[in-house]
Amino acid sequence: MTVSRENSKALYQGIKAAGVRFITALPETWLIYLLQMAEDDPEMCLIEVAKEEEAVGIAAGAYFAGTPNVMLLQNHGFLGAINGIVSLAMLYRVPLCMLIAHRGHMGEPYPWHTQGGIVTEPVLRGLGIPFDYARDPAKIAKQIREAYTFSRSSLSPVALLLTRDLMEGEA
Amino acid sequence: MKRADCIKAIYPEFETCLVVTIMGACAQELYDLGHQENFFYLQHAMGLASSIGLGLALNLPQKRTIVLDGDGSVLMNLGTLATMARYRPANLIQIIFDNGSLLSTGGFVSHTASGITDLAAIAKGAGIPNVAAVSTIYDFMEAAAAAFDRRDLSVIVAKVEATGPDHFGMDLKLPENALRFERFIRENCKKIVENSRP
Ligand SMILES: Cc1ncc(C[n+]2csc(CCOP(=O)(O)OP(=O)(O)O)c2C)c(N)n1
Repeated sequence: MTVSRENSKALYQGIKAAGVRFITALPETWLIYLLQMAEDDPEMCLIEVAKEEEAVGIAAGAYFAGTPNVMLLQNHGFLGAINGIVSLAMLYRVPLCMLIAHRGHMGEPYPWHTQGGIVTEPVLRGLGIPFDYARDPAKIAKQIREAYTFSRSSLSPVALLLTRDLMEGEA
Repeated sequence: MKRADCIKAIYPEFETCLVVTIMGACAQELYDLGHQENFFYLQHAMGLASSIGLGLALNLPQKRTIVLDGDGSVLMNLGTLATMARYRPANLIQIIFDNGSLLSTGGFVSHTASGITDLAAIAKGAGIPNVAAVSTIYDFMEAAAAAFDRRDLSVIVAKVEATGPDHFGMDLKLPENALRFERFIRENCKKIVENSRP
């Protein structure tokens, strides 16, 4: 299985259609085409960080500055960013729209991803962060738009979990 | 040199900037000089003041952003120094008040206390193009003036005493600060919409 270029394109078009012009990201295999598209898009500002918690701060700065933005990361990065999410975004009511590659779940062949994959949903629930699974490329644009809208109306972090069904494919 | 004196010395410059400060003593010293709507006090989330400053600076290139940071906070997020250097916003100044102490949480010594860890060297190594290390108020003023004059990313590491205010408290709730800060920017900072790519 490889990363689906077609579905990545649908995802990227969804990000653009939601009005997003600023992305903070930490690279990860499933995000490879998305990051390439962002890099090649003159309308998009892509900031790659050294650690995902930084992206929470940068996203907050972008929000204060009035720039529609999303974070692109994998679930282990989400787990590593939790104090930033709690003690900046949730404490101050700063919206975050997080598109999280959900590694380490059904079908996962790599052992190192599994623990993070297993705890991702319970951690999101424990934190009270609204989330949804994205599985269908036909629905992804609507899901991104709705996640973004909800983060802004609720002034809270919102997560969209990018599943294996969505991210992997034949080409 | 005391941090409070440094902040006081450059406070008049803040009126035209966006200012992000770390928690505790530093936040209080800024607040006590007089709150302004363009100040954001990060009272937790250690390390992220610089990241917030970076996000602001990249998205408001015509507005100068100042980050008032601390050694303990910077040590918790060294990665952002490298991210700052990579994207190099010309309008960002980070002032690291290095008191060799985790002052706001009881004054435990930090890794920089006896000069073992050199934050200016770390900033240079991260690729920050303009780094100044100062330990007198005169040198601080000079480094700050140079940073304000140049249109390039600057970091000032200011060695200060581990002293802070004798009181804590602000008439500003945390989400209130965030909401008002966002509103201030929305109403006062013209946005260059097209192409904010660094
Ligand atoms: C993640 C986390 N760990 C520990 C603390 C406790 N804490 C509060 S203030 C502080 C020290 C801050 O040090 P520095 O950034 O150097 O600023 P100073 O207080 O010395 O001005 C610490 C460790 C915290 N707030 N968050």
